[in-house]
Amino acid sequence: MSTRLATGGRLIDRTKPLNFTFNGKRLRGFAGDTLASALLGANQMLLGRSFKYHRPRGLVGSGVEEPNALVGLGRSGRFEPDQRTTTTELFDGAETVSQNHWPTLDLDIGVVNNWAYRFLPAGFYYKTFMFPRFAWKHLFEPIVRRSAGLGRAPSLRDEDRYEQAYGFCDVLVAGGGVAGLAAALAAARKGARVIVLEQTAHWGGRAPVDGGTIDGQSPDDWIRNTLQTIEKMENVTLRRRCMAAGLYDHGYVLGYEQIADTTPGDGRPRHRLWRIRAARVVTATGALERPLAFAGNDVPGVMLASGLRDYLVNWAVSPGDRTVIVTNNDDAYRTALALHEAGLVVPAILDARASVTGALPDAARALGIRVLEGRGIAKVHGGKRVTGVSVCAQAGEGSVLEDIACDAVAMSGGWSPIVHLWSHCGGKLLWDAPRAMFRPDAARPPTGADGQPMAVAVGAANGVFALSAILAEAKDTAPAPAIPAPDDEAPMAPVWVMPQGAPDALRYKMWLDFQNDVKVSDVQLAAREGYASVEHTKRYTTLGMATDQGKLSNINGLAILSDALGQPIPATGTTTFRPPYTPISFGAIAGEARGEIFQPLRRTPMHEWHATHGAHWEPVGLWRRPYTYLRHGEGLHDSVRREVRNTRAAVGLLDASTLGKIVVKGPDAGKFLDMLYTNMMSTLPVGKCRYGLMCSENGFLSDDGVVVRLSEDSWLCHTTSGGADRIHGWMEDWLQCEWWDWKVHTVNLTEQFAQVAVVGPNARKLLEKLGGMDVSAAALPFMTFTEGVLAGIRARVFRISFSGELSYEIAVPASEGMAFWTACLQAGEDLGLMPYGTEALHIMRAEKGFIMIGDETDGTVIPQDLGLGWAISKKKADYLGKRAQERAHMANPDRWQLVGLETLDGSVLPDGVLALAAGVNGNGQKNTQGRVTSTYFSPTLNKGIAMGLVRHGPQRMGEVLDFPTEGGKVVQARICDPVFYDKDGEKQNV
Amino acid sequence: MRRYSVFAVAREALRFHQGWARAWANPEPKKRYDVVIVGAGGHGLATAYYLGKNYGIRNVAIVEKGWLGGGNTGRNTTIIRSNYLQDPSAAIYEKARSLYEGLSQDLNYNVMFSPRGLLMLGQTEHEVRGYKRTVWANNLQGIETEWIDTARVQKLVPIMNTLGPRYPVLGALYQARGGTARHDAVAWGYARACSDMGMDILQNCEVTGVRSAAGQVQGIDTSRGPIDCGKLAIVVAGHSSVLAEMAGFRLPIESMALQALVSEPIKPCMDVVVMANTVHGYMSQSDKGEMVIGGGTDGFNNYTQRGSWQHVEETVRALIETFPMLSRLKMMRQWGGIVDMTGDRSPILSTTPLGNCFVNCGWGTGGFKAIPGSGWAMAELVAKGTPGPLAAEFGLNRFKEGRFIDESVAAGVAH
Ligand SMILES: Cc1cc2nc3c(=O)[nH]c(=O)nc-3n(C[C@H](O)[C@H](O)[C@H](O)COP(=O)(O)OP(=O)(O)OC[C@H]3O[C@@H](n4cnc5c(N)ncnc54)[C@H](O)[C@@H]3O)c2cc1C
Repeated sequence: MSTRLATGGRLIDRTKPLNFTFNGKRLRGFAGDTLASALLGANQMLLGRSFKYHRPRGLVGSGVEEPNALVGLGRSGRFEPDQRTTTTELFDGAETVSQNHWPTLDLDIGVVNNWAYRFLPAGFYYKTFMFPRFAWKHLFEPIVRRSAGLGRAPSLRDEDRYEQAYGFCDVLVAGGGVAGLAAALAAARKGARVIVLEQTAHWGGRAPVDGGTIDGQSPDDWIRNTLQTIEKMENVTLRRRCMAAGLYDHGYVLGYEQIADTTPGDGRPRHRLWRIRAARVVTATGALERPLAFAGNDVPGVMLASGLRDYLVNWAVSPGDRTVIVTNNDDAYRTALALHEAGLVVPAILDARASVTGALPDAARALGIRVLEGRGIAKVHGGKRVTGVSVCAQAGEGSVLEDIACDAVAMSGGWSPIVHLWSHCGGKLLWDAPRAMFRPDAARPPTGADGQPMAVAVGAANGVFALSAILAEAKDTAPAPAIPAPDDEAPMAPVWVMPQGAPDALRYKMWLDFQNDVKVSDVQLAAREGYASVEHTKRYTTLGMATDQGKLSNINGLAILSDALGQPIPATGTTTFRPPYTPISFGAIAGEARGEIFQPLRRTPMHEWHATHGAHWEPVGLWRRPYTYLRHGEGLHDSVRREVRNTRAAVGLLDASTLGKIVVKGPDAGKFLDMLYTNMMSTLPVGKCRYGLMCSENGFLSDDGVVVRLSEDSWLCHTTSGGADRIHGWMEDWLQCEWWDWKVHTVNLTEQFAQVAVVGPNARKLLEKLGGMDVSAAALPFMTFTEGVLAGIRARVFRISFSGELSYEIAVPASEGMAFWTACLQAGEDLGLMPYGTEALHIMRAEKGFIMIGDETDGTVIPQDLGLGWAISKKKADYLGKRAQERAHMANPDRWQLVGLETLDGSVLPDGVLALAAGVNGNGQKNTQGRVTSTYFSPTLNKGIAMGLVRHGPQRMGEVLDFPTEGGKVVQARICDPVFYDKDGEKQNV
Repeated sequence: MRRYSVFAVAREALRFHQGWARAWANPEPKKRYDVVIVGAGGHGLATAYYLGKNYGIRNVAIVEKGWLGGGNTGRNTTIIRSNYLQDPSAAIYEKARSLYEGLSQDLNYNVMFSPRGLLMLGQTEHEVRGYKRTVWANNLQGIETEWIDTARVQKLVPIMNTLGPRYPVLGALYQARGGTARHDAVAWGYARACSDMGMDILQNCEVTGVRSAAGQVQGIDTSRGPIDCGKLAIVVAGHSSVLAEMAGFRLPIESMALQALVSEPIKPCMDVVVMANTVHGYMSQSDKGEMVIGGGTDGFNNYTQRGSWQHVEETVRALIETFPMLSRLKMMRQWGGIVDMTGDRSPILSTTPLGNCFVNCGWGTGGFKAIPGSGWAMAELVAKGTPGPLAAEFGLNRFKEGRFIDESVAAGVAH
């Protein structure tokens, strides 16, 4: 039985009991418990099922390395699967459920996989499930999917919120153990700005559990005193519950801070993601103990020696009454001593080393604990719980020498420095053969932007375990010259398989990766089949691919692989360490950006008015524009038609503020614009407007808009709404990278101005009512502009038209946009004014045969295709895209060209439908000869109208094309002029 | 080659699987091969396989600087689809997709091709029009796709938030026979079949130089010594420009990092593949239960196989917006690969200025799905010296002539 001891427990507060549930069962723990310690203290040894064989699983470790004890935590919008109990602090009311079983944890049908284990070795699925062909998708895969996966998927929207923050420092210390605190103190004393991140809720790391003396003090005292000193220093920031999750280029560190996990619903953000830029990173992340590979090492009750010691010392939890210790090093003796001190029984210590001397074994012996040298475990007995072990000689093949009854096993296979952060950004490792570990190679650290080392490893993370050496090393934050063994310890002896000569039957029961069910035999099979690269082995067996990412299994696995290949371990190498160090919540990665503010929302000054007047929104880049303004009881189509008809008959109002407005100014501005546009802009007279086209270097039409010459040296370039930022970037690209010596300045003033289009036969009347400016045909002819005051507001008025109607676009300072909009509404009241949205805008431009960037263009269309040859200046030596447009394919007369299309039956052609041609191409695809680029129901003409690109189109007026649509139906349409409305421009030129 | 089957596995079970042979041999390089293929990624291996299978050319070496399948083939998010807009793309991707349908049986290696259905969400009017256009095009290209409405999207993907406040889902381009496959298995399956045909897969063999005389390729220098060859095929994705430089020509390729990431495994909650290109992210659920996630490339050129964190944040935001439940899951691992981007986002399968030297690259962010079709077409090009109809439009000349095959037209992302 695992129980809570009557006394002890450094971290728990027995005066504060906490209630929680596990699979509905009500249990009790104490403040300071983790979920794991509380469960174990409540005698809950069986906590889950493994991935593949659904074997019973209990706790192995006590921290981030835990592969087994994952639960679902919380409920409804706060439910979360795959929560690691060892790193989850207990809180009152926590609801937990076990995972990956059906119907119950105790009785799991999936365990049939376990009985068939010999038929399900690594990669068996690559060799099977192939016949019949459809069976993989319809039969096998669904079964695999259902039995794989761990926790239940959450289904509801997350009720918590998350935030992100930035940090900057000279030295970032990852890890708040003795090494980290000592390094932080040393750096701080030199005046550096220091941030220390500690993933747990406690400072000091392992030292308080492992014992020893630091600077003549007990670990607890040293930690308390050091913290007191550090806390007084203004240049140091200490953060607990904050894990350094990843190291990225140029000293960019990701910190994952857990704030409100134990106080759900208290209003604080649950997690905070820190993005910290550090000049130098000290990795003081400690080390992880390795399991040993013996048969049955996955039975609940078999734990890491250090983990078992943690439960005892930190939380006063005894995993069992009789604990057998199995080890290849001295450290595990500390667990024996701790158990003995707690009054528990250690029937034997099985030490794989042939002869065991030294202070720690002597201390154990002195207490009367049996130390068996050169021994190992042949087999663990028990199903859902250890009942005993069979002892064998480590050197042999597993003949049983003795059976020992026990209810727990503490194993230690040595320690591996945690080198993740060191490795994330290119730091290299070296193999330390005597201690069987990879540790950071100080000669090949990750380097920063300046090519200098950006990280240094200290303490156990650097393979330095002796407290005295850690202190010495941390003081100058440079690696210690010679790496000493921990104080007073005898050397360990690498043990990768126990016993050394174990036959297959045993190897099939030796677990390496507890969660993914990868065994010694699997790695050996991978090697036999030639999956010899460590990456192949990993992928073939899934070793190290579970939620713990191989923290316990990787080194053991690659040692076994090396052995199978007959090569030294460093020749095998490790798999790549990738962020994050342990999994971090997606919520934290997204931060505040969700829902309405998932992306920045750009609002025009009239946005609120639209929202309260029936706007049906359409996203346009980061803007939202009214698609139409719905009136009560009206459908979308009716609303759009009403807006078109009203604008054509009376007057309409459009919020055109999203239109790009870039001012280009300077002595070379004209020359610059001549390069940018296909048209000649330098000769545009002041006060005049000109429709311009811009092409990419490849000649394709990329944007269009009206350019206005504001003064001798400044032009205002209107771009499409979606294109403003891109075009401004494009201008700057050329100015900064290619024509850096041209005297030109560009400013994107899109948001500084509100722009309103007043469109329709009554437009002039409306402006006259606003008053303040002469807007007559004589004073302000088509394609001109003027500045002045309208309705008492400073305004620029452009007489341009995208609808074919008499139309003015008026720009006013953004701050006065709403006032101007309101003034227009009032003035328009008896002129039949209605606002209209983007869809009416699109329809009216299509009726008039104007192209739309993104509809008629798609990055493959050149101006010549669109009948816009008139906008391409023949007088200029060059413009962007000119040379490209001379290439063979661009000048090819067979290119598809713009025409109008009208269906024979008046119906609306489907969007994007293609015109069929005879025959098929070399790949058996049906030939085509054109496509629809824009298609609408025209309320003005009361029938479908369309524009399209057709091979030799302009020369084929009147021809009828076939457009195959759904279900083999063919719609026929006649090629016609793309200008459907007011061909002679009588309406706009009044 | 010993055939893989459930019976073979059962037989082996009785003797603890001691009898399995190597999946592929580990030979020493020979002095000369008829064809040397640089790069043992999916495309290189598939090229070799169809050279042997379709043209009987078996004196072939596939030269790999690291471990086979360790480039983008082993790093991608395994989306397979052929709902491309332009005719030449649709042809080669559909060829690939249809070969995937029978690939497990063809290779006798379960590549777990799973045509579970693929959705590309329409979230702006503009995107909707683009996808509708694609559907019409696909109909004429002989590819089954359809435009489905929001209600059907919701039914196929219950965990999706179709009513997002910013970009509500207006419908989707749906390819029922799109899906995923197991990326490593594709490389391993081809490798095993190539090895079985007597081809040499030379791993840990980095090409360091290309030798030529009189404008014709003669051989290569490698970290395992010089190797002569009759023909050379360069199939190295992100490192294409490096190899081209060795061979003395330049390619219109930019190499950038593309990242991907996975969540911790959970029980099945999404059967189909979803791509959301307006918000820029895509997701599927692996057979192991992880949510497999990707987004766009980093915006700068580099050769490190890792990317910048900012991109991960953008991708995750996009996906939480699309699948709010994701917020409660955790990211387990992120990684990156170096993708080879052309200006028109379409591949290059081409002869080169160097005689008997061919190049296959430019698959960029979306070449896993193309592996069988690309290998098929490339084998034809290498064997005959001139491209067949599948590869014809993908020559290097198109950049000179302005004959681009632009796929960014319909979708911002092309995975
Ligand atoms: C994160 C990510 C996600 C992706 N998602 C998808 C997806 O969902 N769907 C999809 O269809 N595609 C996807 N792709 C793209 C796809 O992975 C690639 O297009 C495809 O795998 C390329 O295969 P390849 O064989 O051309 O290249 P690779 O697999 O990269 O193989 C090239 C090989 O060449 C070797 N090499 C390089 N230089 C040398 C040298 N000098 N000597 C010898 N060998 C050399 C490399 O080591 C490598 O093994 C994704 C890519 C990435 C990075």
